[in-house]
Amino acid sequence: MSDRSPRRSVKSIVLALLLSIASSVGLVILYVRGGQPQLEGSLIAVSLGGLAYAFIAWAHRLLPGGRFVQEREPHRSSASDRRSLDRDVDATEDLIERRGLLAGLLAGAAGVLGIAALLPIRSLGSAPGESLLATAWKKGSRVVGEDGSLVTDLTLDVGGILTVFPEGSVGRADSQVVLVRVNLDDFQALPGRENWSPQGYVAYSKICTHAGCPVGLYQPETRELFCPCHQSVFDVADGARPTSGPAARPLPQLPLEIDAEGQLRASGGFSAPVGPSFWSEK
Amino acid sequence: MVKRATRWVDDRLGTSSFAQSALNKVFPDHWSFMLGEIALYCFVILVLTGTFLTFFFHASENAVVYHGTYAPLYGTKMSEAYESVVRLSFDVRVGLVMRQIHHWAALVFIASIVVHLCRVFFTGAFRRPREINWMIGVTLLILAIFNGFTGYSLPDDLLSGTGLRIAYSIALSVPFIGTWLAFLLFGGEFPAHQIISRLFVLHVMLVPGLILALLAAHLAIIWRQKHTQFAGPGRTESNVVGSKLWPTYTFKSMGLFCAVFAVLGALGGLAQINPIWLYGPFIPHAVASPAQPDYYLGWVEGALRIWPAWEFHVFGHTIPEVFLPAVALPSLTFLLLYLWPFIERRFTKDDGSHELLDDPTDRPGRSAIGAGVLTFYGVLLLAASNDVIARDLHTSVSGVTAGFRVALIVLPPLVGALVYRWFLAVKVSGAEGISHVSFKQIVHPHPEA
Repeated sequence: MSDRSPRRSVKSIVLALLLSIASSVGLVILYVRGGQPQLEGSLIAVSLGGLAYAFIAWAHRLLPGGRFVQEREPHRSSASDRRSLDRDVDATEDLIERRGLLAGLLAGAAGVLGIAALLPIRSLGSAPGESLLATAWKKGSRVVGEDGSLVTDLTLDVGGILTVFPEGSVGRADSQVVLVRVNLDDFQALPGRENWSPQGYVAYSKICTHAGCPVGLYQPETRELFCPCHQSVFDVADGARPTSGPAARPLPQLPLEIDAEGQLRASGGFSAPVGPSFWSEK
Repeated sequence: MVKRATRWVDDRLGTSSFAQSALNKVFPDHWSFMLGEIALYCFVILVLTGTFLTFFFHASENAVVYHGTYAPLYGTKMSEAYESVVRLSFDVRVGLVMRQIHHWAALVFIASIVVHLCRVFFTGAFRRPREINWMIGVTLLILAIFNGFTGYSLPDDLLSGTGLRIAYSIALSVPFIGTWLAFLLFGGEFPAHQIISRLFVLHVMLVPGLILALLAAHLAIIWRQKHTQFAGPGRTESNVVGSKLWPTYTFKSMGLFCAVFAVLGALGGLAQINPIWLYGPFIPHAVASPAQPDYYLGWVEGALRIWPAWEFHVFGHTIPEVFLPAVALPSLTFLLLYLWPFIERRFTKDDGSHELLDDPTDRPGRSAIGAGVLTFYGVLLLAASNDVIARDLHTSVSGVTAGFRVALIVLPPLVGALVYRWFLAVKVSGAEGISHVSFKQIVHPHPEA
């Protein structure tokens, strides 16, 4: 209890409670009239704030506190209680241990049932199998945009970027590809990939090899792809090699060709498994 | 009236003697003993608001087209889950306030658990006989963080969907079982369109049920063992000095509940949080930028961002880059937290039972370790904003990342050493320690000014 006069304390608590009542009435009116988030929150704060003040001021100024003493009992049981329990445990232990075969079988039965009970976990998902190694891209797949429109050699200017999919699989998560067009003078194809980027069209898996976010940002001047999640940077002109950030592997490249009608097609699958690394990967 | 009711119960259950001892139970008074109660009351508010939300949320990834009142999304294709949250936010009366109070309550819930854990750590309240409650508390922290993640992933928006994509990649990275783990959690290769309904069951039933059970155990053990207290006149290892449960402590505690609710109400009404309609629905090939998780996972995000691009190959298998920062580091963190009471005992050789708390300055060594560890996770948390910091400082992300790497190695021992010197000086001088600071002094550091 504080030195403040009880009368003043009562007065302030009365005020707080009246304020709370008024605010709660306001909440009812507000709800009936259609509600408004900012006012709702403010009135909740006043209603409960008034109550909070009343409770705490009442406890501090008008109720006894702080001076009560209680003895602690020891945490452990008395020695005789412990001994008595020990005796009972020993006695029943003998009863069970005498039937060693039964006890062993009982434990075994429970254990085997436990293992059997774990198997339904397997129903939760399909087997990984080869699915992490496969995408919808095949040799000859036509390249289409997010809206399904065919991509031709005229679709992008140098410096342009587009998210593309194989025809028939628009939106499929593991088959998203970032297509950029580079000036061939600034571009050094990796050995064995000389024919993968016709007219400067280069395609990489859009799934970051670090944690799987879409590598969505492209800086044409430096020919760098950025992952906005953990800031890995990939050099488009150098096989999408990671140059900065936590990614450890290049973005897999998709070989492209341009057919007689000028349409972009995949001329094979990705150069490596797409997406983040995983244990079973060779 | 009350007497008649208690008689009626006592006639049948014989509760009078327990009720009397309960009402007279003494709890020590100290502002820092209320931190755990803030977490408790946040949980109550989470259950209340969350129950309301479940009546409107559809845990389904089936595609629908939006025809609600939020014009910018009109006609957009989205999942039922996302649609139901947008509808709840704009077309259900008090829906938005409920959602925002719920989200804020989750943020304050975890923050108050962490601060409570720090109080318990720095005062040595985890020592014998309270090791069990320490470990229950660490479990509650893990469950709270997990339920925070499952909760903010439910709306199936672009930001949280990116988080789920990362979670899937983290599951993939676990040696031996990673691919199976990811496929069984998500139902198949990402996005297998089952995760939202699964997270929903975890979020509203399994994890809250576990939290409730452990919370009950946590409180029952406090009740049984009686609360610790700081040393002071009349306070000994064998008594408790403070206020009785009824009426003083109950009034204070109800006041705290109302205060927590008032603050969360104000935040939920006035401070926008998780405006999923601005992020848009989840699309696997799109991404929000900047993309960060809620702060309680920021330390893992920071570790993911500044960990070097190390990928190991063992016997033809890959240990993915994310394994160390996102699996090994959190596992080690919580393992060490669980074991701390036993680790400390090995060094102090103190196996005694303690009812009187340490002042943090009594134990400069422990406090130094705690401060260093907090600094470590603080640096990681800031590192989760390396892109935003680089943008604001007009410098390169790689430069900021390098700075964080240095800070992560240099700052924790430095802060630890400073705290050690400071607390040792206080201890040697015999000056008053930190536990004598009253709540009033924290709110008004200079009352005379």
